[in-house]
Amino acid sequence: MEKPLTKNIDFNRRPLNLKDYEKAGGYQSVKKVLKELGPKQVQQIVKDSNLKGRGGAGFGTGMKWGFVPMGDDAPKPKYLVCNADEMEPGTFKDRLLLEGDPHQLIEGMIVSAYAIQATTAYIFLRWAYKVSASLLEKSIAEAYEAGYLGKNILGSGYNLDMHLHTSVGRYMCGEETGLLNALEGKRAQPRVKPPFPQVCGLFGKPTIVNNVETLSNIPHIVNNGAAWFKGLSLSDEGGTKLYGVSGKVKKPGAWELPLGVTGRELIFEHAGGMQDGVKFKGALPGGASTDFLIEEHLDAKMDFSSLQKFGSRLGTGTMIILDDKTCPVGMLHNMQHFFAQESCGWCTPCRDGLPWVEKILKSIEDGKGKMEDLDTLSFHTHYLGPGNTFCALAPGAMEPLQSSLKYFKDDYEKHIKEQRCPWK
Amino acid sequence: MLTEEELKEIDEHVKQYPQKRAACIEALKVVQRKRRWISDENLKDIAGVLDMTTDELDSVATFYNLVFRKPVGRHVILICDSVSCWVMGFEKILDHIQNKLGIKYGETTPDDKFTLLPIPCLGTCDHAPALMIDNDLHRDLSVEKIDEILEKYK
Repeated sequence: MEKPLTKNIDFNRRPLNLKDYEKAGGYQSVKKVLKELGPKQVQQIVKDSNLKGRGGAGFGTGMKWGFVPMGDDAPKPKYLVCNADEMEPGTFKDRLLLEGDPHQLIEGMIVSAYAIQATTAYIFLRWAYKVSASLLEKSIAEAYEAGYLGKNILGSGYNLDMHLHTSVGRYMCGEETGLLNALEGKRAQPRVKPPFPQVCGLFGKPTIVNNVETLSNIPHIVNNGAAWFKGLSLSDEGGTKLYGVSGKVKKPGAWELPLGVTGRELIFEHAGGMQDGVKFKGALPGGASTDFLIEEHLDAKMDFSSLQKFGSRLGTGTMIILDDKTCPVGMLHNMQHFFAQESCGWCTPCRDGLPWVEKILKSIEDGKGKMEDLDTLSFHTHYLGPGNTFCALAPGAMEPLQSSLKYFKDDYEKHIKEQRCPWK
Repeated sequence: MLTEEELKEIDEHVKQYPQKRAACIEALKVVQRKRRWISDENLKDIAGVLDMTTDELDSVATFYNLVFRKPVGRHVILICDSVSCWVMGFEKILDHIQNKLGIKYGETTPDDKFTLLPIPCLGTCDHAPALMIDNDLHRDLSVEKIDEILEKYK
């Protein structure tokens, strides 16, 4: 089984420096595109590969690039931004690529920037990733020295500067337009769309924002072709995927696997199964803002389209497990506390609705709930759902809530009837 | 007053952006690194350097989790309170730290050594529960490990 993203990663040693990375075949894709391919051709290869954005939304990367104005009349400068904010609770996959193979990301960014003819690239890194920050700084400096960044890259006439921006923390920075505001030195509130960032993004110029894992795939797609990339997958969506599992399993971790493995394989093979004494009850497949899956869904492919059939989605692909010894109401309270706290306060439903949801869950968990509270929670899942808020934060928060009300209704009712948490 | 060194460092960040104010988050970090927190006077000085009003800069400074607008101790303990750490029992770790140090969230020990704050997901969920002290990540925590970890900080 091919593992292009993690083939150079070995945490028993330091990540490859530029020389060793080149020896392992690194920076070939930069040479290839600068010598042989026009920007539009690179875009087409990525479009043909059916690479879907790995940040959580699963939007086609090639299609996203296709919205950027090209040619001599296009507004300048254009920007490429790497979203390395990874703040979705339960998500720890980009850290693996950042700490394991920083040059792979830089190579992917150079090729991607060339494909949209961007001349400045920023890596927007979350503050907590201290090791990643120092590795990226060192690797960017090495890439400048070797002539892969800067003016007239490898004599091609193409110029690209790359900068690292480390954030000061806030979940909203992961939202594409919130991130752009943060990069401009503003509050990370979301922007109205349209105009989309591809046309009017950073500093009002055409901008592409892509996730770390998405960009790290680009060199391999360019080197090996779209057909090869599609062949890596068990699904009709291309490539491998970094999957992860956390919670009370024997061997929590993250692994590169063909896109489309099942939840059962992930939990019971790669993560070693449940810890002794606990049973599987449910799982959030891709971070805190995805709908719960239960036992009957575990044989479905973990890809972007399959999970939608059960009202859930792949999200970031890093699964959080709920076991039978953990209270689902308590878990929901924990997550809604997070969402209420991280709401930027810009739109009213999110700012006022999420704290309301949090308070109701707290009172149920504390043994003070009423049956009509369940109706209020259910009402919020619609009122804070898609189309009623300015960005995806509150609708995301409602995903685990609505599915927990569906699958764990008995547990909510037991809390209310017994006026206590049965897990305490 | 900002030091020459701070001004020079801020200037380096300004060069990375087409607009001066875009460097304001980096500038806040530069000053906080040396002084632990951002006082009203620091805020005014930084705003002046970046051609921003003090209120504009404060609206940014108060938005983000890790710009401190109140004094903090020599070491800031950031304990992850997000879902994977919660499932893995972070509350026991939190209780232990609070009892041991005699402080709650947002408080600083009387000897000015530790400030305790909650933090959203640290992105190390396969090693939950986790916390950070200054730049150090501590993972797979247990109550016993906490005593050992806190000893390391002077």
